[in-house]
Amino acid sequence: MSVKKISKIQPGTFKFSKDNLKESEHEINKYPKTRQASAVIALLYLAQKQNDNWIPLSAIKYVAKKLEMPYIKVYEVSTFYSMFNLSPVGKYFVQVCTTTPCMIRGAKKIVDVCKKNISKNENELSSNKLCSWVEVECLGACVNAPMMQINYDYYEDLDDKKAESIIQNILEDKKVNSGSTKNRKSSAPEKGRITLINTKNA
Amino acid sequence: MLKDEDRIFKNLYNDLGWDINSAITSGDWQGTKEYISKGKDWIIQEIKNSELRGRGGAGFPTGLKLSFAPKELGSKPHYLVINADESEPGTCKDRDILRFEPQKLIEGCLITSYAISANICYIYIRGEYFREGQRLQEAINQAYEKKLIGKNACNSGWDLDIFIHYGAGAYICGEETALLESLEGKKGQPRLKPPFPALVGLYGCPTIVNNVETIAVISTILKKGSKWFTSLGTPKNTGTKIFCISGNVNNPCNVEEEMGIPLKDLIEKHAGGVIGGWNNLKAVIPGGSSMPMLPKSVCETITMDFDSLIKAKSGLGTAGIIVINKDQDIIKCMSRIARFYKHESCGQCTPCREGCGWMWRMLERMAEGESTYKEIDLLYDVTKQIEGHTICAFGEGASWPIQGLLRHFRKDIENRSHEDPIIKEKKNIPYLIDQHLLEKDNA
Repeated sequence: MSVKKISKIQPGTFKFSKDNLKESEHEINKYPKTRQASAVIALLYLAQKQNDNWIPLSAIKYVAKKLEMPYIKVYEVSTFYSMFNLSPVGKYFVQVCTTTPCMIRGAKKIVDVCKKNISKNENELSSNKLCSWVEVECLGACVNAPMMQINYDYYEDLDDKKAESIIQNILEDKKVNSGSTKNRKSSAPEKGRITLINTKNA
Repeated sequence: MLKDEDRIFKNLYNDLGWDINSAITSGDWQGTKEYISKGKDWIIQEIKNSELRGRGGAGFPTGLKLSFAPKELGSKPHYLVINADESEPGTCKDRDILRFEPQKLIEGCLITSYAISANICYIYIRGEYFREGQRLQEAINQAYEKKLIGKNACNSGWDLDIFIHYGAGAYICGEETALLESLEGKKGQPRLKPPFPALVGLYGCPTIVNNVETIAVISTILKKGSKWFTSLGTPKNTGTKIFCISGNVNNPCNVEEEMGIPLKDLIEKHAGGVIGGWNNLKAVIPGGSSMPMLPKSVCETITMDFDSLIKAKSGLGTAGIIVINKDQDIIKCMSRIARFYKHESCGQCTPCREGCGWMWRMLERMAEGESTYKEIDLLYDVTKQIEGHTICAFGEGASWPIQGLLRHFRKDIENRSHEDPIIKEKKNIPYLIDQHLLEKDNA
């Protein structure tokens, strides 16, 4: 289980914006009536998105009230799942996969790049408060290892130089193209592809 | 090698485009109405005849699973839940299906939902696959527009609504009952079985949970016939499977191949060989991190299907092949996998919650050369205490890879271990009352 640090500085109140209120209704409507609790993960995501990538306790209370759930149940969910951040992580949240398939292709170098460029320790904001990084478990892009995720996007087939240039760009708040950094086609072999040749040439 | 025309996922590398028009041109949604009009029994029988086994890891016969749902719709609705919570290290096949073959999945959802009398289908996608989820939502919207799903889907008279539900980064939610708990808005902690989800599942209603790949191949099986499917692969291990080859190979890739293909062919032909040559191979994990590894001697001849891998004391699992060569520290690799399980244990059963941490710490010490010979047996004992003593199969998944390490690479650990330091160095420890027993003459 992951250890969750709950931020000591908490905003007083939380309310969904108009768009998110609409979005939350849409999410709740996916489930049968009286089963609105199912939407708890979706609503916590919305809260996280609205509040700069992290969930304050007031948002947990707000979601609990909205879904007519006990506060502790929502608190439980937000601490159980690793994707909910309960303290600020910055505008760009870098997650580096270090599980075995990535590890044996050099994920440690990517971690070192993060240590050098972002912050010395995990879960620590960079000096310009824009970015933080964390080691995570398998992100499910093993054939494109090593890889990292920044907010919603995957950056695949990395090496230390490419990772460094991506991170330096985001530290300057610049957009970086996601996907394979080798211009490789999704999960096809980089060289020597022998399958589906006709469809490739079609 | 499998012929290209026998491949189910022709758009695995997105050569043809993922949108609905491209999908229809390449054969999706053709004749769907007719298959549905042949009735539920025909569909289930055809899947049974094809001997399709679940692609999510356990390899349970899919036709049999579908037949567990109550035949008639009672007072409670039925649900179909698709498990797209792909988190097993080494596995990334479902991601490509969600990105590039979403219509195959949606069509499979319609056929399966009809077969088990479900009007609602939830697709549970892991939270990290946010972009893939967006893509799937677009594909679902396109299918709604063409009236392929929704009210009177495909003019078949059956109503089907498909909803996407995101997870939030918990490996355990790939276990079917934990997935249902998570879908109900709770912590993802597995339920006791029985009752099985087919009778008491989501919201207490009959629910069938299936992997993405399983559902995505169903439409092609009906189109080409179960005979075609059984003609591929080996008996009891029929059809094709997407293999994900990662780790120390020259060209890591996903590739669809026949079941029962030799592992060596997969690595040498499709993935460009082991880095440093075949002789540089140390071990292969054949089916995602929970399956015990195979040493090089076994890799020479092993074929990739459920039964022959079980014979080799491993398993096909999700067919995520992790190749480890001699440049890697094998103990360190397994220690990292143990850390993964320590992190992902849901904390419900004590043996797993505590034991996964123990196993990780012991392996760390072994990798650093700080362990004693005694600890090797102790580690084996811990794995045996976890295995079979937990609610779900996570306990097995965490202890099998370590048992595999001990079975095949015990020598490597022994070479790094040493005798109990107290005996060897004859330390004079004042608070140890039985100090005299440590002296050999007194023993």
